Parts: sequence; C-alpha cells; structure tokens
Amino acid sequence: MVLELRKPRPVWQIMFSTHHTDVALLYTITGVAFLFMAGVLALMIRTHLFFPGQGVLIPDPATFNRIFTVHGLTMLFLFALPFAAGIGNYLVPIMVRYKDMAYPKLNAVAFWMNPVGGALLWLGFSDTSWVSYAPYSVIRAPGPAADMMIFGLKILGISSILSSINFVVTILKCKHPDLPLRQVPLFAWSILTVSLMTLVAMPTYAASLIMLLTDRLGVSGFFNPSIGGDPIAYLHLFWFTFHPEVYIFLLPAIGMMYELIPRFSRKPLFSQASGVFAFVMLGLIGFASWGHHMYSTGMDFTTKVVFMIGTLAAVPASGMHVFNFLATMWGGRIRFAAPMKFAVGGIALFFSAGAGGVLNSAMPLDFITHGTYWVVGHMHLFLTGTIAFGFVAMMYYMFPFITGRMYSEKLANIHFIGMMWGTVQVFFTQHLLGLEGMARRIYDYPAEYTSWVQLNQIATVGAWILGGSFVFFLANLIYSAAKGKEANMDDPFGLGGKYYYPYQAKNPTHHTGY
Amino acid sequence: MGHDTVEWVFVAIVIAILVYVGVDSWIVQKAVEEIPADAETIKVTGQQWFWSFEHEDGTQEKIELHLIKGHAYKFEIYAKDVMHSFNIPDYVVFEDAVPGHVNHAWFSPDQAGKFPIQCREYCGIGHYQMRGTLVVEENKS
Ligand code: HEM
Ligand SMILES: [Cu+2]
Ligand SMILES: [Cu+2]
Repeated sequence: MVLELRKPRPVWQIMFSTHHTDVALLYTITGVAFLFMAGVLALMIRTHLFFPGQGVLIPDPATFNRIFTVHGLTMLFLFALPFAAGIGNYLVPIMVRYKDMAYPKLNAVAFWMNPVGGALLWLGFSDTSWVSYAPYSVIRAPGPAADMMIFGLKILGISSILSSINFVVTILKCKHPDLPLRQVPLFAWSILTVSLMTLVAMPTYAASLIMLLTDRLGVSGFFNPSIGGDPIAYLHLFWFTFHPEVYIFLLPAIGMMYELIPRFSRKPLFSQASGVFAFVMLGLIGFASWGHHMYSTGMDFTTKVVFMIGTLAAVPASGMHVFNFLATMWGGRIRFAAPMKFAVGGIALFFSAGAGGVLNSAMPLDFITHGTYWVVGHMHLFLTGTIAFGFVAMMYYMFPFITGRMYSEKLANIHFIGMMWGTVQVFFTQHLLGLEGMARRIYDYPAEYTSWVQLNQIATVGAWILGGSFVFFLANLIYSAAKGKEANMDDPFGLGGKYYYPYQAKNPTHHTGY
Repeated sequence: MGHDTVEWVFVAIVIAILVYVGVDSWIVQKAVEEIPADAETIKVTGQQWFWSFEHEDGTQEKIELHLIKGHAYKFEIYAKDVMHSFNIPDYVVFEDAVPGHVNHAWFSPDQAGKFPIQCREYCGIGHYQMRGTLVVEENKS
C-alpha cells in the first residue's frame, strides 16, 4: 500500500528524496500552489473587466497585460504540466510494476527546475502574452521581464523534456516482462503518448526561444522584419510545438478519467484497445493541424484547407474516448463519490468543448472567432472544464491513499457544484462575447457597448463562483488531511472488493522506501 | 448490435459531421475569397496604436474610414511595427497586419451608418484602444 504522509515526516526528507512517490508529492503540491496563484490573477482580470472604463483593481494597461501573460504561462507550465507529471510519477512505476522511475535522480532534477523556472516567470512578470508573438516580443516587449520569461520557459521546457525521457524509458524498458505493453493501464498509455509527443514537439520551441533571445540582443534577425526576418516563421515554430502541446495538456486528464470511470462504475473498461488506438492516433494527427492558429495571417487557400483537414482528422480520436467512457458507465452500478462527479462533469464539458473546437476549425467561422473571447472560452473549456476537472477528480481519489484520511464529501459537493456552475457560466459566456466581437487581451472596452458589458458581468460573476468553490476545496484538503475521518484503506470509497484497487493487490512488493 | 458495431456507428457519425463541416467550409471560404474585379483598393496600415487609410485617389484618413454603400473594396493591409489585426466585426472583415507582409481582405458594405473598427491581435499597451470607425455613406450619384 502506498501511504505517504500518514506517518509524519520532516519536510526536508521529502524534498531531498528521489523516490517516485515523494517526487510525485512535490510535483502535485507545487502544481496546486501555482494553480491558486494563477487563479488569483484570473480573478483580478475578471473583476477588472466587470467595470468598463473605471480602472478598478488594475490601474493601468501595462500591468493588465503582464497579469494575463503570467496567468496563462503559470497555468500551462506550472500547473498543468507539473501536476500531470506528479500523478504520472506516482502511478506509472506502479502500473508498469517497477520499483521507481528509471532515472530517480534525473527525476528529482527535472522537478527542481520547476520552482526555478517559476521564480523567473513571476519575478520577471513579462507582458508578451503567453504566445510571445514576434516582432512585439523582439522589438517592443520591455526587459528584463521578457528575457527572464525566455530563460524561465527554457528551463521549464528542458524539465519537461527530461521528465518525458524518464517516463518513456520507465514504461518501455522497465516494464515488468510479464506485462505486455497493450495491457499497460490507459493512464500510463496517456503518459507514454504525451512524453513521446513532448520529445518531438518541445525542441522546436526551445529553439525558437533561443532565436527570440538572440533577436532581442540584436545579434540575429530571425523574426525581425526590419533586418530581413519573418514574424510568420515564429508563429509556425510556436504552433508546431503548441498545438501538439494542447493534447499534451489534455491526454493525462483523459488517462485519469480512464482510471476513475471503470472503478466507480464498478464495471470493466469498455475497450482497452480503443483507448490505446485513440491515444496513438491523436499523438500522430496532433502534429498535422498547427496552422489552424494562423488562418488569418495571410495563408493561402490551399494551405488553410490542408490544416483544416488535419484539425478535423484529429477529432474522431477524441470522440472515441467519450464513447469509451459512456459505454463503460452504461449499465454500471455507478457510485457518485467526488472523484466520479468531477470525472463525469469533465467528460460533459469535454464534449461541448470539442464541439466548439470543430466550429472554429471551419475556416470561415474562424474569421469570426479568431482573436476574440470565443477562443478564450474554447481553450478554457478544455483547460478548466476538462483538464482541471480530471485533475481535481484525481486529487480526491488519491487523497485517502496519500493521507490515510477521508475528505469531506459535503465540502466536495459544494466544490463540485460551484466549479461546474462557474465553469459553464464563465466560459460559455465568453464564447458569446467572442461572437459579439469582443477582442481578447484588452484592458478596457467602451461602456456604451451594452451587450459586452452585460456578458462581461455575467462571466465575471461566474468566475467568482468558480474561484469561491476552490476555497472549499482548499479548506477540505487542509482540514481533512489533519482531522478527517480515518479512511478504510482496503476500500476507501466503498466500491466493494479489492478488485477495484489493482495497484495494491497486484503489486505487493512495492514499498515506499520508508 | 454488438459492442464494436455500436462504436463503429458512432465513429462513422462523427466522421460524417466532420466531412460536412469541412466541405461546407471549403465552399464558403472559396466564395468569400473571390475578390470582385472592380473592387477599389484601400491601403490600411496598422501601427502602435492606430489605423491609417489611403484611398486609390490618394486621400488619406486616420482612425475614421469613409466608404460608400454598395461599392466593393479591397483592403491591402500593412503593419509598421508589430503585428496587428484589422477587424470590422459587423462585416466580418478580418485579416492580420504583419510587418514585412501584405495581406488582403475585401467587402462591400450594404448598409449606411457607423461601424466599429478594432485591432484583434495583441500589440502592447494601447492594443485595447486601437479602435476606429467605419463610416458608410449613401451613394449620392
Ligand atoms: C476537438 C479538438 C479541438 C479542436 C478541433 C480545436 C480547434 C482549435 C482551433 C481551430 C483553434 C484556433 C482558434 C483561433 O485562435 O482562431 C484552437 C485554439 C486553441 N485551442 Fe483548440 N481545439 C481542440 C482541442 C483543444 C484542446 C484539447 C486544448 C487544450 C487542452 C485546446 C487549446 C487551445 C488553445 C490554448 C487555443 C488558443 C491558443 C491561443 O490563441 O492563445 N484545444 N483550437
Ligand atoms: Cu491548436
Ligand atoms: Cu492590437
């Protein structure tokens, strides 16, 4: 059994450990800390936009630009990636029946790059927006903020490459010989897929960061048109990394749902093969669609069509996951404990987000939505609605295994209702704002545009609800870790039977090292 | 139906929807990009943080753009410093202004009145107030 915090241990013992479950704790706890920090920035943005023309809370546009930049970068690089790596660290070695990650020291090094990169991002507080388009990021973005961001992202990118190498080797080389790859649980498959994708995608971004830096220093002009460079080249390099990267954010959350849905439906998974197939498909086709971020850059008709086909071709694979989940739940004796509620909520939002994604893949519609709040709503339905829901579900699920105590189901219910309600209210409304023509990344808007004012205010109230629900989450985690009911460690969720907790039953030799 | 059949049917339905979306987008986009031969050219230049315009006859305008109802116009879009994006939301006119490139968009206003112009690509501190007005006037002749 994998128990981590139940016996009190000095913090330094966890911090200097290279054991995979300890590194997992470090990753998840840091990830959640950054989630709250970036969440505060988001609430500042939303509260500010509630009052057009009044400069409430954020007194000047420069600060506003820095806030949305650091919000986005933090959520992606310091919450989504580390959190997934954390759960991966925890479960992957157990799932492939190995004693630890393949390279434990490298694992700890990869983790410790995160606080360093995070510190650079936060101390710099750059204003380039998360995409850092050239030539703004080259000729106009103020230093040292932008330079610190470049170094910070560089470090975080290397961290992500190192942990990907570690996962690939752990899964492919350290897997127990009796366990065929196709039977490896789907969560580990999701980590394998995204790790391989990272190894292909991330180096391109690493290169373009260096090019940005040397351009900023004036020793090169890759993206600077005044000395013969081309900003469009930056966009291609950036999106070649970051369209695949959105699946890198997504798939671990889908993998977590594959852990939870069968267990809480008390039924075997509908189809392992279909899950593996969908992961691999998405991993490949995900590389054929980056140009859908660039339809309006002056791309010719044929190129646009090619990228549209590439984008649409990736959709059936996502649909297969949804089908797999629903077919697994069908006829199951579902137990709606918190992990299951969040998983099912996440699947519902995943479906609506995918439908919206298909709409903005359609070229003519994208000319209406691109650069507006529609896109903000779209990505957040995935990032919050699907990914954060999956992550939260997993946190509730792991809680008793880690602390030996139960969280409060009542507080978890309040969290669930608030998070679901808030997510729908903010991000659906942002889609509508986009259709009304509101550009994204704007500090202020004319108060005469009454439809913008109303929709912004609705979205902001939704954000408050969403943010408020996380107060209950935090309170629940802290209170229950100290004072919660002792969990029944054989079956904390009352699902009946050890069968549903295969990692303890099948892996008796696994020990925590303490 | 067996398990697998249901899944195949599901995937087939998804693919059918996607094919419909793709084909329809192709047709619409193809039509939208067909610029009429008699379209008058307007040079649009984006810079931090305002738009300027030059008509075919050399008339220049800043922030406000005056056009005539029922005519077709073709925009030649330039950028002086960083990327911007030229946008008239009410007429779905939208194309990036990229330094070092010339981009195109066209439209034919069918209603007189005032319509907002904005920048839809982040371009720095003044991005939010990089707004202008399109004034469409009745054809007097
Ligand atoms: C069904 C699958 C999906 C489709 C068809 C799709 C399609 C698109 C399209 C066409 C755009 C370009 C919109 C624009 O800027 O005009 C876009 C933007 C975006 N998508 Fe998706 N998407 C899908 C899934 C996802 C997922 C899973 C994520 C994240 C985990 C995601 C995150 C984003 C982000 C972050 C952007 C905008 C980035 C930016 O401009 O800042 N998408 N998506
Ligand atoms: Cu994309
Ligand atoms: Cu702008």
